[in-house]
Amino acid sequence: MNADRTMLRADITAAPPRNIGVPLHIANIQKIYETAEGAEVEAVRGFSVSIAAGEFVAIVGPSGCGKSTVLSMVAGLEPPTSGQIRIDNAVLKGPDPRAGMVFQSDLLLPWRTILDNVLLTVEVKKLRRADYAERAEQLLHKVGLGGFASKFPHELSGGMRQRAAICRAIIQEPGLLLMDEPFGALDALTREQMIMDLQALWLNLGNTVLFITHDIEEAVFLADRVLVMSPRPGRVELELKIDLPRPRRRTGINLERTFNEAVSLIRSTFEAQGVFAVP
Amino acid sequence: MTKTDIVELAPFSTGHDERRTLLRRRRRMQAMLDRLVAPALAVIPLAAWQVLVPAFGISAFVLPTPLAILERVATDFPMLLDHMRFTAAEVLGGFALAILVGVLLALAIFYSRLVEHAVYPILIALQTVPKVTLAPLIVIYLGYGWGPKIFLSFLVSFFSIVVSTVVALKALDRGYVNLIRSMGGTEAQIFFKVRLPAALPALFGSLKVALTLSIIGAIIGEYVASERGLGYLQLKANSTFDTTLNFASVVMTSLLGVSLYFIINTLERMFTTPRPSNK
Repeated sequence: MNADRTMLRADITAAPPRNIGVPLHIANIQKIYETAEGAEVEAVRGFSVSIAAGEFVAIVGPSGCGKSTVLSMVAGLEPPTSGQIRIDNAVLKGPDPRAGMVFQSDLLLPWRTILDNVLLTVEVKKLRRADYAERAEQLLHKVGLGGFASKFPHELSGGMRQRAAICRAIIQEPGLLLMDEPFGALDALTREQMIMDLQALWLNLGNTVLFITHDIEEAVFLADRVLVMSPRPGRVELELKIDLPRPRRRTGINLERTFNEAVSLIRSTFEAQGVFAVP
Repeated sequence: MTKTDIVELAPFSTGHDERRTLLRRRRRMQAMLDRLVAPALAVIPLAAWQVLVPAFGISAFVLPTPLAILERVATDFPMLLDHMRFTAAEVLGGFALAILVGVLLALAIFYSRLVEHAVYPILIALQTVPKVTLAPLIVIYLGYGWGPKIFLSFLVSFFSIVVSTVVALKALDRGYVNLIRSMGGTEAQIFFKVRLPAALPALFGSLKVALTLSIIGAIIGEYVASERGLGYLQLKANSTFDTTLNFASVVMTSLLGVSLYFIINTLERMFTTPRPSNK
């Protein structure tokens, strides 16, 4: 298993790096929900960010701050009440074919094999399965699921299933990868491994990533830029550029000054917002 | 501070191995016995019936022995089969109608709020009417032919299909819907890729219940007004005090139920993959 994982990283870095990323612009978006009782709730207010092609941006914020709502709007699942989202300079009207999404739960279809789950994207987009079958197998091999293509989701661990879900999102090489707390449901060790593997995968593909999390260190480790959101109605409270060389290594990163400063700056921002109660 | 001793564990002795094979053999015996329990439970009462009826001097007019019934089934088989054909046709007609109307109605209730609010309450109210009591009325309107049997068979069985299908459709995790939508999928794709396969196990479950009910419906229809079919044969047997023939009809009706159940079971196995809980 361990040898497998070293293989996997060598595999990814051996392939020539690509640059499939597309720029993303979010301009002053607002989202107002109506509750069942007819009351209006403002989930997001005046949220703006411009993300360059191939940039990795993480959004951290407390629960209920509207960070998932932002992602859901960028995914085209719900329209903003006002404001505009542009992917590669085209105004977003619904789900964009250049975007791939990873959710908090793996959402693998239990009646499909792992391979068929990965190819679901291809089927829904009405592309030819045969053109992608081989790529899907390679991708599964890359993330260490080589022997699991014909297994069913219930036969895999949580981490393996989330890997398969990531394969499903990138099978079609999306220029924009949207991730909604993808490692939130995993145990701590699996999560560290997944973080490393995601970095490797992204360094190779070069797609633009918008990554939602409530884990501060995860955000700082992975991202080129971290956006800290305020409690509801969510807007960008703090924007931090993380100037650390790539590939970053999890071991020893907490000895890096840049890393620690960023983490404690985000913590103190949350404190100032009252997210953390200071005893 | 005491020094920690390294305790060397003794290798398993051969005695352990012997005990393990013994245990394994005992377990295998147990499994074999378990498999014999169900047939034994079925055979023992039948054997008791066979022995006790003549022992107590009970007349065949009152209670024939199982072997006598079986013998009657064998000798009158062509005649019984002829009646069974009619009953089977009524059941299949009513059952097919129940599936068609049940599933379509479930879809209408699921997709249309208007239908849900207008039709669903009426349906549930109608369900409380003991539909068997409508049988004599149905004869007035549909006559003595196929009509009342098929209609009654449909009427008693379609409700369970509607309710199970609606409940199953509504139980789907919204995440799956968002997943397909994020890939740019249409509602038709959401239905065929996720909603339908996710609802199939519950649908098949309800078909098994509905099948039993639709047989009851057809037989009741025959009791009320008929000149053929297994229900009619029972009435005829009663009027000539031919209790053995009456039992023989019951055997044939059971045979019909078991074979149709077997067909549904096979279809279920073909169209659904075994899926232990995803958790």
